[in-house]
Amino acid sequence: MSETNAPQGLTAKEYKTDVHPVWCPGCGDFGVLTCIYRMLATKQIPPENLVVVAGIGCSGRLSAYVNSYGFHTVHGRVLPVATGVKTANPNLEVVAVGGDGDAYSIGAGHIPHAARRNIDVCYIVMDNEVYGLTKGQGSATAASDFTTGTTPYGQLDEPLNPIAMAIAYDIGFVARGFSAKPKELTDLIVQGVEHKGFALVEVLSPCTTFHDIYKPISQRVRFIGTEHDPTDRLKAFQLALERETIPLGVIYKHERSPFHDRARKIQVDSLAKRGKATVDELLEQFQ
Amino acid sequence: MKHDVVFRIGGEGGEGVISCGEILTLACARMGLEIYTFRSYPAEIKGGPAMFQVRTSKEFLLSQGSEIDVLVCFNQEAYDRHAKDLRKDGQGVIVYDSSSTKPQNGIHAILYEIPVSEMAKLELRNYLTKNIIFLGILAKLFSIDFLILETIIRQKFGKKGEAILNLNFQALRAGYQYVEKNITKKDDYLIEAQKSENRLVLSGNQAVALGAIQAGMRFYAGYPITPATDIMEFLARELPRFDGTVVQAEDEIAAIGMVLGAAFSGVKAMTASSGPGIDLMTEFLGLASMAEVPCVIIDCQRAGPSTGMPTKTEQSDLRHAISAGHGDAPRIVMALTSVEDAFYGMIRAFNYAVRCQVPVIVLSDQYLAQRTATVRKPEVTKVAVEEAKKPTSSELEHYKRFQMTDSGVSPMTVPGTKGGAFSATGIEHTEDCELSYEPDNHRRMSEKRWRKLNQILQGPDLFRRHGPLEADIGIVGWGSSEGVIREAIAMANAKGYRVAAFHPKVLHPMPNELGDFIKSVKAVIVPELNFTGQFAKEIRARYLTDVIQLNKVAGLPFTPNEILKKIEEVAETCLKQTHHKV
Repeated sequence: MSETNAPQGLTAKEYKTDVHPVWCPGCGDFGVLTCIYRMLATKQIPPENLVVVAGIGCSGRLSAYVNSYGFHTVHGRVLPVATGVKTANPNLEVVAVGGDGDAYSIGAGHIPHAARRNIDVCYIVMDNEVYGLTKGQGSATAASDFTTGTTPYGQLDEPLNPIAMAIAYDIGFVARGFSAKPKELTDLIVQGVEHKGFALVEVLSPCTTFHDIYKPISQRVRFIGTEHDPTDRLKAFQLALERETIPLGVIYKHERSPFHDRARKIQVDSLAKRGKATVDELLEQFQ
Repeated sequence: MKHDVVFRIGGEGGEGVISCGEILTLACARMGLEIYTFRSYPAEIKGGPAMFQVRTSKEFLLSQGSEIDVLVCFNQEAYDRHAKDLRKDGQGVIVYDSSSTKPQNGIHAILYEIPVSEMAKLELRNYLTKNIIFLGILAKLFSIDFLILETIIRQKFGKKGEAILNLNFQALRAGYQYVEKNITKKDDYLIEAQKSENRLVLSGNQAVALGAIQAGMRFYAGYPITPATDIMEFLARELPRFDGTVVQAEDEIAAIGMVLGAAFSGVKAMTASSGPGIDLMTEFLGLASMAEVPCVIIDCQRAGPSTGMPTKTEQSDLRHAISAGHGDAPRIVMALTSVEDAFYGMIRAFNYAVRCQVPVIVLSDQYLAQRTATVRKPEVTKVAVEEAKKPTSSELEHYKRFQMTDSGVSPMTVPGTKGGAFSATGIEHTEDCELSYEPDNHRRMSEKRWRKLNQILQGPDLFRRHGPLEADIGIVGWGSSEGVIREAIAMANAKGYRVAAFHPKVLHPMPNELGDFIKSVKAVIVPELNFTGQFAKEIRARYLTDVIQLNKVAGLPFTPNEILKKIEEVAETCLKQTHHKV
């Protein structure tokens, strides 16, 4: 994505704050952050109209690195907060960020409901299969043979398939990117932000300190070709369940009206049907 | 003739006990009388004992009363359960279904026996008409306006079609005519219409919802839970007309998360729940304190712990409200004291929230939430609505979200404000939102966050004081017991004791005047509907002085007599030397 195309002249750099990220050298999250800057420059989103809602964990620190409004919340609760921010002021651009622990463990219960509501929020999940801030325990997406401090004999649990889960929940935009493929990842994030409704961008974003899987990922990723029709849910499931390679790109799409539009319609309809109300009038109903 | 009457209707859940009580209540209110209800029902939808109590009078009512004047028994169990609460002087009335109920021999009361079940089955051919037959009986016995009853029944059942409506009218007449033909009135109770203006019949939950809308609340998120759900149902219907939104969240964690998000966006936001839901909100409560997000959380308390007794009242969430969550997290805790106070109290709650940029927990309880009472129509502009302090244009030039100020309150921007961007966080931070683990910074920021609470320690409506200016015994209750306490101290003072009451509306931080009150009396009684004496402990800790606890854990509210009894006991034991009777 070219930054010089920017009509108002905001470059990716100008979305940077002077806070230096806490991440380890080589962390995939640096790549994701860069792609977010580039998306912002591409979209020319005014910093004051952007809210980055972040979870807890290494990736959760991201909100402090974007020159915009930010809300660094509690572990696993990014989506409810993002729902409140966007619903209260639909004019804002709301980007939610967090890690795999946030999204697929402690906060996993919120994903189907964000999907049902179709909140107009792009959720970028930086998935490294580990809990980095607590020094490398396996997360819900870690392979079952993964040994860590809390799983010295291997993970007892099977890994979750976040893409298949997202398609099952009928999330309106489901994509997978790789932090080491920034050009394509930027494009996915742009599409996720442009999507009118809930978008999940699952990013393979390896942890170089506790679980460096750059190499095995790099060997297995492939970009989805133009032959894939993301509106075909069955085909999307097939891609999600693919084992030999890791398909990158837009896997599933289902357009429908976002939550704040439906909430607005209720306001308009009830006003049309029952008229503008005052508290005084409401009180009179109780005479 | 007696015009202050306590009716209690008892029966099986699903038999129409509650709707019988509601119609009776509305009829009395429309006759211009004051009403005050109390309900207790099973948590299950059908089955289990249900009870509805309504007190009606020509004078303003402070409580549900101590004893029953008229007991209406739908079945034997209702009789067995409630006859003991009937007034003891023999003037009490029992109206009962003789097809199902047998009073014990020699009970000291006026009895009216009517074969209601039989009438329902044989005459009306529908067992479900029992409650309306009882209404017809009460109408004739106590002169409740028949036309008003018909109008209410039409409003209630009209939508269900002509057949159902006519059946209910028939039932009403059947009850009325049975009394006309077969019963000679032997009691002294009479419901007499009077002129009254500007009065509403509201429940505590309705008053909470209305007050919140008046305060400017435009975002509500919640998860259904007894006894708070009516607030959400009311708002779901009405808030869209005020350009507001109600979200039914997937759980209470999500509900308060959404509330914080909306409040961060600059919209006044709240959630309402009960104990189990409030438990789940705890982590976000800490974030609201740390990130200084103004928001309001209603706790309609019910008997706990755990699932407890969902439909029964209790005041046992106070300690949780004051201290829930890890770390020292400042918040304001208020307790609503009456249906009328619930309306104004909600406006104050939002004012406190935006003034101090803290979460405000508002304690209600099942007794208040689901009680209906006649109230003077609230003056909607009586309590001025406040907004959060915004930065000036010069402050925006070098904007610091958590700028150190004397009051501790920093100007707050909302997304969309150019130059005002900041990143809120639950991590300890500097004035400028930078994360900081420096010892001195943590101390300064903790002080700043707590200092903000001083902003509410002045001003009206922090407490109410009742009774004589000089008193021997002081009652310090809280929340929904205010009316009961007022009635009890009036009774005590009439008997010659000198009793006053101090009723704080803000419980945390504690109003300074409470200390002066405690010093001014010889003994302090703290009545609470909990086992451990939660407020009593707070008072002892704050003032290093002992208080006398009066605890009731029955899932039921206090009655004025219970408080009076304690006053008499304390007067006998603690004040023997100084106690003077008139």
